[in-house]
Amino acid sequence: MAEFLLAAAAVVLLTVAVGLVRILRGPTRLDRMMAAQLFGTGGIATLLLLGVATGEAATADVALTLALLAAFASFAFVKAAQRPVIDAVAPDDRR
Amino acid sequence: MSAVLDAFTIVCVAAGVLFFVAGTAGLLRLPDAVTRLHALTKADNLGLGLVALGLVAQGDGVVFALELLVIWLLVLLSGATSSQLIARAQHRGDTEP
Repeated sequence: MAEFLLAAAAVVLLTVAVGLVRILRGPTRLDRMMAAQLFGTGGIATLLLLGVATGEAATADVALTLALLAAFASFAFVKAAQRPVIDAVAPDDRR
Repeated sequence: MSAVLDAFTIVCVAAGVLFFVAGTAGLLRLPDAVTRLHALTKADNLGLGLVALGLVAQGDGVVFALELLVIWLLVLLSGATSSQLIARAQHRGDTEP
């Protein structure tokens, strides 16, 4: 059983890593945030699979913490995206 | 009994992994942001849900099962909320690179 769970964890991790290509390609920052959200969920699934496969109970606690933090990342992003982007001007050039 | 539980785990985890693969393919292949969001939520909700459901059969006790349930519910809640927020930002025309 452990072999199957380890293989499943590897497949999920590899899939999510391929999904990170979306961060490179964009085109908007919303798409990049979606890839980051998928990476968070895939990381949780990988941790759970690895924890059961190796019999390490503490990884479920790590997955719980990751689930909490991944939620805050998305909210903070949308909150920051509401603010207008500050022009990329050096401080000295601002009048 | 153990063989039945193992078969249950294999079916559920395999289905969950399939949803992760499909969601990633959708995230990479679908044409615009809202359809990509649609693909992403399938991977988030069903993929993780099926993996967690399959692992419940392998755990030892109610506490582990409850912990998996809490993780899944937390991801459901945050996924639903952030999907709404991302779709609203997209609708508002917030499409800077």
